Amino acid sequence: MQIASLIGGRTLNGLSYVGSLASLGARATYYTLVGPFQGKPLRLQRAIAQAMETGVRALPILSLITFFIGLILALQAAYELRRFGAISAVATAVAISMSRELGPFITAIVVIGRSGSAFAAELATMKVSEEIDALETMAISPVRFLVAPKFLAMMVMLPCLTIWANAMGILGGSLFGVAQADFTFVRYIRASVDSLLLHDITTGLVKSLMFGITITAVGCLEGLSTGAGAEEVGRSTTRAVVMSIFLVVVVDLFFTALFFFAGKS
Amino acid sequence: MTINQQLSVPQPQPVISLGNLHVNYGDREILHGISFDVVPGETLVILGGSGSGKSTLLRALVGLEKPSAGEIWIKGRDLAKISLGELEDIRRKIGMSFQAGALFGSMTVGENVALPLREHTRLEDSTIEIIVRLKLQQVGLGGFEYYMPSELSGGMKKRAAVARALAMDPEILFFDEPSAGLDPIIAAGIDHLILELKRAFRMTIIVVTHELASAFLIADRMLLIDKGDVVAVGTAHEMRASSQPRVRQFLDRVAEPEISGELDYLQMLTAERPDVPGSGRKRGC
Repeated sequence: MQIASLIGGRTLNGLSYVGSLASLGARATYYTLVGPFQGKPLRLQRAIAQAMETGVRALPILSLITFFIGLILALQAAYELRRFGAISAVATAVAISMSRELGPFITAIVVIGRSGSAFAAELATMKVSEEIDALETMAISPVRFLVAPKFLAMMVMLPCLTIWANAMGILGGSLFGVAQADFTFVRYIRASVDSLLLHDITTGLVKSLMFGITITAVGCLEGLSTGAGAEEVGRSTTRAVVMSIFLVVVVDLFFTALFFFAGKS
Repeated sequence: MTINQQLSVPQPQPVISLGNLHVNYGDREILHGISFDVVPGETLVILGGSGSGKSTLLRALVGLEKPSAGEIWIKGRDLAKISLGELEDIRRKIGMSFQAGALFGSMTVGENVALPLREHTRLEDSTIEIIVRLKLQQVGLGGFEYYMPSELSGGMKKRAAVARALAMDPEILFFDEPSAGLDPIIAAGIDHLILELKRAFRMTIIVVTHELASAFLIADRMLLIDKGDVVAVGTAHEMRASSQPRVRQFLDRVAEPEISGELDYLQMLTAERPDVPGSGRKRGC
């Protein structure tokens, strides 16, 4: 009986959390896409600054990580492909794995570490120092003022970063291709590009857009719902990272399954 | 018509009116049915100890806490029943100065003061700049437009927060613990600023504090809250003359009996420590 009540309680909490995320996501989407046409201007300058921080400044670390991931993928794929004498298929394996799955996923993980946690920490600190309350008493919506620019920045930058990550992954794979699989650099890139269908790239980009929305919603919700004190700021930041990773995996599974079954029918 | 009726001055309509206000945090009730009125131009000081519910009351007055029961009428509208849009209309007519200032750390002092003007008016940038300079001069911070909040002292931050609260020329001004954490000279400066604002603009001012000297200096009327209930309401003179035990305890700074009990125990412990210099019973010589 106690176990049933525990499971019931946890399920209700989970549903309530998802409901809060959806509500914040819907309000932020409204202020990003609809509000500006109804006299509720978006802070475009803030969104651009956020895009620089979230996107452009993430490029060096993202490039390095995805380059190595591409190289690792090539090594792992070659291990199996060599047994069948199909080592030339390594370019295809890397290109498809990166575009459909690892490019968007690794980008999301890097962005969670850099920006999701920063969103939570920034908003939680503002909450603790009563800045969020100050906005509300000035009749300024914190969602429009603080969350919407982050949403716009992430919705634009995450797909862009994902394209970059795909390219860097393929570049990483080419290092193995040229050194160990008798490819020239140009032939490796051409083989990668030829193996990709538009569908492979778009599914990855749709997923990255959904990851961006998820990461922003979780980071901002955790920040806005923090308790009192500096300790709570740290706790909210940790929770934002853990919850974002979990939900990105859930969203990934959902969309991968959706594309799989939609592709079959 | 009687002479009394002829002489009676019509009471102004209250600008704030609370009726049986209850506020809960989860299952715990913080305010247990608070009622009072504030007339235009009045300065009401809400006094109370830590955990008395005075800050919750202030948060409810500006719509940051939803009442679980009761009414909060501000300018003829009940905050408990209005939509978010209507609440925002009311909020444009009030100003709030938070305990630690709550200035936005990423903006300069000038940008902080300009924020409500940029958000709610269509004034030209040059006009906004002039208003910002004027508001900062009113609080004694002329020339500090380009400073960041982190470069200001505690008292200056509070003054800047008052300038931001004044930006939209509010009809009602709320202060949360204006002198908390300030040295007596700076705290007196904030008190004088409140008195100046009252004299110059005839604003309705609500101040939440536990600083008695400050309260007696600025209040037209005081309201003492204890454990979520109103214990006493009256002018400074009436409060001083009150024989109500809780009022006396608060004004005479008498510790709670249980705290006195703990101190007795500490005294008993130190009395038996002859090794602690200056403590212990005097032994016969």
